[in-house]
Amino acid sequence: MPSKYVIHVRQVPDRFKTITKSGIIAWEEGCLKCAVCVKKQCVYGVYDNRDLDPHQMVDSIDNQCMNCYRCVQGCPKELIHKSLNPEFKAMGDTHWSPEIISKLWYQAQTGKIPVSGAGYPGPFIGPGFDSIWTDMSEIVRPTRDGIHGREYISTAIDIGRTPGQLIFDNNGGLKGDSLNLLDIPLPIILRVPSFGSLSEKTLKGWAMAARRLGLLLALPHAMIKGDLEGYKANLIPAFSPDDRLVQLGDEIRMVEVVWDKKWREVVDEVRDLYPNALISVRLPLTCQAGKEIIKLVDAGCSVFHLEASFHGRSADNQSRFAKDDIRAAHLLLVNEGIRDEITLLASGGLAMAEHVAKALICGADGTFIDFAALIALECRMCRRCEKGLSCPVEIEKAPPKWVASRTVNLLGAFHNQLLEVMGAMGIRECRRLRGEAGRAMFFEDLDPETFGSMDKLEEGVELE
Amino acid sequence: MSNTNKHELPEIVPTRSRFRNPIGKYRLSRSNECISCGKCVEICPYGVHVLKRGTVYIKNHYLCVGDDCPEPCHQACPVRALSIKRNPTFDALGDYRWTADLLVSTWHMAEFGCVPPKGLEYKLGASGGGFDKLRLMFRKNQSTDVNDEDYNIDVGVELNRRDDNAHRVRIEVPFYGGGMSYGSVSISTMLSRMRAAKALGTFCCTGEGGYPDELKPYDDNVITQVATGLFGVREETIQRVKIVEFKYAQGAKPGLGGHLLGDKVTPGVARMREAVVGYPLFSPFPFHSVYSVEDHKKHVDWIKAMNPKALVSVKVSTPTDVDMVAIGSYYAGAHIIHLDGSYGGTGAAPEIAKKNIAMPIEYAIPKVHQFLTKEGVRDKITVIASGGIRSPHDLLKVIAMGADGICTGTADMVALECVRCHKCESGRGCARGIATTDPELMKMIDIEWGTQRIINMFLAWRKEIVRMLKKLGMKSLKELVGRTDCLVHLDYIKDGKK
Repeated sequence: MPSKYVIHVRQVPDRFKTITKSGIIAWEEGCLKCAVCVKKQCVYGVYDNRDLDPHQMVDSIDNQCMNCYRCVQGCPKELIHKSLNPEFKAMGDTHWSPEIISKLWYQAQTGKIPVSGAGYPGPFIGPGFDSIWTDMSEIVRPTRDGIHGREYISTAIDIGRTPGQLIFDNNGGLKGDSLNLLDIPLPIILRVPSFGSLSEKTLKGWAMAARRLGLLLALPHAMIKGDLEGYKANLIPAFSPDDRLVQLGDEIRMVEVVWDKKWREVVDEVRDLYPNALISVRLPLTCQAGKEIIKLVDAGCSVFHLEASFHGRSADNQSRFAKDDIRAAHLLLVNEGIRDEITLLASGGLAMAEHVAKALICGADGTFIDFAALIALECRMCRRCEKGLSCPVEIEKAPPKWVASRTVNLLGAFHNQLLEVMGAMGIRECRRLRGEAGRAMFFEDLDPETFGSMDKLEEGVELE
Repeated sequence: MSNTNKHELPEIVPTRSRFRNPIGKYRLSRSNECISCGKCVEICPYGVHVLKRGTVYIKNHYLCVGDDCPEPCHQACPVRALSIKRNPTFDALGDYRWTADLLVSTWHMAEFGCVPPKGLEYKLGASGGGFDKLRLMFRKNQSTDVNDEDYNIDVGVELNRRDDNAHRVRIEVPFYGGGMSYGSVSISTMLSRMRAAKALGTFCCTGEGGYPDELKPYDDNVITQVATGLFGVREETIQRVKIVEFKYAQGAKPGLGGHLLGDKVTPGVARMREAVVGYPLFSPFPFHSVYSVEDHKKHVDWIKAMNPKALVSVKVSTPTDVDMVAIGSYYAGAHIIHLDGSYGGTGAAPEIAKKNIAMPIEYAIPKVHQFLTKEGVRDKITVIASGGIRSPHDLLKVIAMGADGICTGTADMVALECVRCHKCESGRGCARGIATTDPELMKMIDIEWGTQRIINMFLAWRKEIVRMLKKLGMKSLKELVGRTDCLVHLDYIKDGKK
């Protein structure tokens, strides 16, 4: 058994005051100056520790308020109110929701799993991966206790071609191609997102995090320069169809080729340039992705990066979810009898730890985390950078060490959350989670099965 | 039905909020133009305005029903001194499941013992699925005779359906209090729930955290819990009660253990749980002595050996094979199978677990009900549902899907003025004094006050249940069990019909 994989996290403070869901409105006019003001009685000492950040125009009470409403309900002149913060609601979009963004901030800041009291406050289901529930075991099957360390749950995966069987020569040596597998301790590869106010500092920070955790960072090859040169063993350079292919050194262990019509020539050329590296082909994730992969496998490719839209939808169809396309590709390859030999990596819209687990359940071996790693750096998904405007949280100025620690925290929290869901399912290996749809419950199965027959609205009835 | 008269229900006693300013949906303001003519006091049916020593003022903003008012004071005011707007604080409250409307309605029920008159949606949340998309369907001309007195409608539940020598236990209302441990909530909260349960002729569960001596007067209404940490479980506590509950899993954190943060382990809690002050306590998952139905039977037998008359309830969460777990529990000798759905409450749980692990109760109940029926044992075991049941409407929906009764938890907390800030676990615990062991914060709840608030809320529930059963043409709740033909789901209503 490998030694236990532990991610060391520590508190890494925000550089800017975060945007909170609601704020406090407290009027001074009409104040009775009570001897014992409700503000002095705040359980959390919010009013005592109050300060105003003149640069950011943020009042710290909003960040510290825990929403107990005691001051609101206690003030004799009713001068204190809570009100929703429109800035919070305006953050991100329907996929990268304000709730997801603020939970990612919390994880990057603390490295901890978000824990809270009371029942789940969210909607019945959400789009895509959020319409899947994961299973748990009780009485009739055992669970695994990963969190408290009594049992070892491995989150490691292998990338590369795994032959169906090993063939030995007469001397007992391995015949044929030697195995070229890349082991990573999490089913997660970091990836530079397609927008963001990035600088060399940011990239270096992510590369440092990848090295510290034994992971990889995928990025366009042109970004590998300066300080990044020193991190080649943890980088995956990507070559687009129009790029001039270059040899970046022997330390490179994996190269990504962006698929297009002339993929065959490009793959051959990359193979010559990087004889020892794994070659991953990046394809758009569509309902046809499986068929394309079969052709590529015939040509000797074995690692595939299926890229969904950044909202977790099909690359060519906004009404289809990535989860369905991953499942379709996985099942097609299972039917072809080649699924076990190759590696499927999924990207696009993976925002939370459970999305990683669910992408695996749907049939991916591993995943890419991109925008979640950007949000870990306090990104608010305002997308001003796309228009060439300045970043409100100056991500480009963040020092590499801070970037690295925030990223490590995020992945530390993700790792522990993977252990939670896998433990409940009774699964001890990420490798075995792949395609285990039996350990999940799908809305599209359960909902019609349960409610489908409750469809008869009779004439003249009253509903309540 | 004959039993219904035996238990005398407690009285409704109006019990106002503990806080000076109860939160409502609207805010009125009165300008200096006011001539204190008293017109508003006279016309407002809800008691919002008060006339005192010749001056008119707004005493109860929170009772204003806004646009639903038949005769709005701000229009009737001769000098136009009144104006109305939505309360921004109201809009900052609540979430998809417990909307601000539902919270404020429940507070209304806990204060007055009846559903809010107008202006609030007290029947549904906004989760967009499950209960919130299901509707009860009332056919015309099926109502029970309107003159039939309410007490002739039987809403009680027999809990022991096995022909064995355990207690015959009947609850007079179709719900009992779910487990909340000493430690996760204060002793005042616990006692309020217990006393309300006794008054209503039902039970309340101790949760896993011991059986404090203060509960002794309520022994006949206590369910004690045995869970994986075995905190505070002793032979003596098992022998004291009529119902013992085995907690295999909890809906909010299925597959994960219980967790009491160190801050909440005060000297009192530590003594009760035989643990060390200030250290977090883990109730591990699972029972490592139970990996099969046979092992499970051994547990049930162990209870029966200690207390042969006890009813055994098995509390489980909702995995894909929840039907197998249920039938296994029956064959192991359980009287009650208690299914706790994935959207249930908790003192503290990882959010990833609350959101993702195990299935909602709306799926689990029909699955288990149908399976037990097919196996021919449905009438031998009581099915209790919990995990996200917020209102009398949710209750009737889950009964129509196949449960016999339900367990409540969050609703009780809301009656005690929980605002769902989700901070039960941090630091000193609940700032509103409900889920805390902090000696100072605990004092915020007066036991008499808490008891009456919970009684009021449940009497309001009971009235609604009776009202709707009559409308369904039924004389007992039993008739509704498994009647999915009384339900429609808005997403599946066939085209062509309205």
